[in-house]
Amino acid sequence: MNWTSETVPVAGVNLQLSRAGSGAPLVVLQHDVGTPAGLPFYDTLASHATVLRPAHPGYDGSERPAWLRNVRDIAAVYHALLAQHAATRGRTDVTLVGLGFGGWVAAEMATQAPAAFRRLVLVGPMGIKPERGEIADQALVSYIDYVRLGFADQKAFDRIYGADPTTPTLEQWDLNREMTFRVAWKPYMYNASLPHLLGGVSTPTLIVWGRGDRVVPLECGERYAKALPQARLSIVENAGHFVEMEQPAELARLIGDF
Amino acid sequence: MHLMYFTEQPMSAYNEQAGRDFGATALMFSNKHFDPVAGSRLYNEYLEHYRLAENVGFDGIMLNEHHNAPFCMQAKCNVFASILAATTKRVKIVLLGNPLPLADNPVRLAEELAMIDMVSCGRLVSGFVRGGGQEQLATGVNPAYNRERFEEAHDLIVKTWTQPGPFRWEGTHYQHRVVNPWAVPLQKPHPRVWIPGVLSKETIIWAAQQRYPYIALSTEIEATKKIWEQYDKVANECGYAGGPEYRGYLQRCHIAETDEKALANARQFMWMQGEFTGLAHPVWSSPSGYFSPSYRQAFVEYAVGRRSNPRGASFEEQVHNGQILAGTPKTVIPRIRKLLEETRPSIMGFWSADGFVSHADTRSCIRLMGEEVLPAVREIGKELGLWSPFEANAPTGRKFPEPAVPAGAV
Repeated sequence: MNWTSETVPVAGVNLQLSRAGSGAPLVVLQHDVGTPAGLPFYDTLASHATVLRPAHPGYDGSERPAWLRNVRDIAAVYHALLAQHAATRGRTDVTLVGLGFGGWVAAEMATQAPAAFRRLVLVGPMGIKPERGEIADQALVSYIDYVRLGFADQKAFDRIYGADPTTPTLEQWDLNREMTFRVAWKPYMYNASLPHLLGGVSTPTLIVWGRGDRVVPLECGERYAKALPQARLSIVENAGHFVEMEQPAELARLIGDF
Repeated sequence: MHLMYFTEQPMSAYNEQAGRDFGATALMFSNKHFDPVAGSRLYNEYLEHYRLAENVGFDGIMLNEHHNAPFCMQAKCNVFASILAATTKRVKIVLLGNPLPLADNPVRLAEELAMIDMVSCGRLVSGFVRGGGQEQLATGVNPAYNRERFEEAHDLIVKTWTQPGPFRWEGTHYQHRVVNPWAVPLQKPHPRVWIPGVLSKETIIWAAQQRYPYIALSTEIEATKKIWEQYDKVANECGYAGGPEYRGYLQRCHIAETDEKALANARQFMWMQGEFTGLAHPVWSSPSGYFSPSYRQAFVEYAVGRRSNPRGASFEEQVHNGQILAGTPKTVIPRIRKLLEETRPSIMGFWSADGFVSHADTRSCIRLMGEEVLPAVREIGKELGLWSPFEANAPTGRKFPEPAVPAGAV
């Protein structure tokens, strides 16, 4: 798959944007730890759609705006990005796929524009406060331990990042973590008004959860499914928080069938 | 010179084995290991040490605060400052300091400090710190905005102290409809502000820009000289000359009747395996966004064990390089002379005991310091021209060039 990468100014922020494929637009919003480039999951998506994969402001090479201090601001920046895309490409039938933290951003985007998207796919999203468990707090664990926590199978981590990730990878995780603190420190990784606002979203939504997710409890998936009027929850076996890295084919199939 | 007594107020009465088993003695080490009966005894012993320090001739008592760890029992330096304001007569009460980013209401801090200044009849030196990384986690404060909050809280406090209210404050981190606390400090233009630190270049630069003395905390001699080089450079750019009245130095210094006993007690400075702030995970001590971006690579390598601890020098090395001073007065005075000659501070803090050093040995150390060490150090200070900010009538700061004095003083 031929991916292009460019820097796009959006709302005064220089965003890193990767793009591949053709057809209806599909936007992938990334995890709090960012993403390795070139995952098979992205290629599979791009064989059926025009995939836009922005790095969040302050993450993975996108500029960090000093003023951007909450997750809804990130959602607003992406609305501006999609408006630019619609103006130049003329396509508005957008599918949003949010992974983990990116799922929270996607959910916020949906509440800001309740009928703007064709489909919404939320994979293990943060954003809703669990009633029983907790969202795992990266502030208390090392970079490697936090990312490992997102895998049900540690061999998958070794395969993707190497058993001992490089120093530049660690530095990028630290930069991403700093930005996460800037936007989601307190309350950590949720927005108390989100479950209420989701009630106004009319977009058909697929919620996907890795059975072995140790970062965001599965009960949050149930709460999302209850809060969104047109949602269903699918559970993927043999996957943790990073479903797209552990079960890429299964996740792509669920999205394709949706 | 201005000579200060300091203790971390160690909470030595806890189960050390429990700390070793848990693998950490900070932040997440359970407070079920805190014994309030021992805590009550220790707090009162530390108060006795402070009063003794005043009686034997120290000029100041330096206080600090930390949270969630046995290495320091003092969780709020303003509490001890209030007690000392009422129970001492002469010593300066030197807070090094209040961790500003932890405050959600800096106006409240400004009020508390004004009260301490008045009760002590103008003996407050109000230092400010960013707080350690663990302090941010222990109090739920965002480490990524630590420096912004530090600077904004400082500006708000100084304005609260110096400009008649009411006024409104609309900042980035603090918004106040009405700033108009009834209590204002006795010292005018405002109590002196000293800034302690270990490492961060940004803090040294900021202190020099404000014309506030910088207090180097247990750094080794060469690193300390680099700090002054940086400070003096910024001072020059700001139109004044740095020098001894802008320099403070805290070192660990234990005195006993024999060198053997002093060295044995001084080993207690290493009681947390040499970690001042207890054994902790690196990401607790330095959460993302808290440390200087120029250290990012070194830090992430340290955090995953690819680099050794920058503070990991052995006891013997630290005795050798002057970071730990231990012995009889006769042994230690020449070593203090060397520190003073090399680094030329006018403010000197002596961190006298740590860990499990007994009440009796601590008292004996304080007494020997007062009887023999302090008079000798004062003579060396005169000989070297190390005049403290009080002796030199140094400015309160860049914004207020006049020296701080209690209102109504003749």
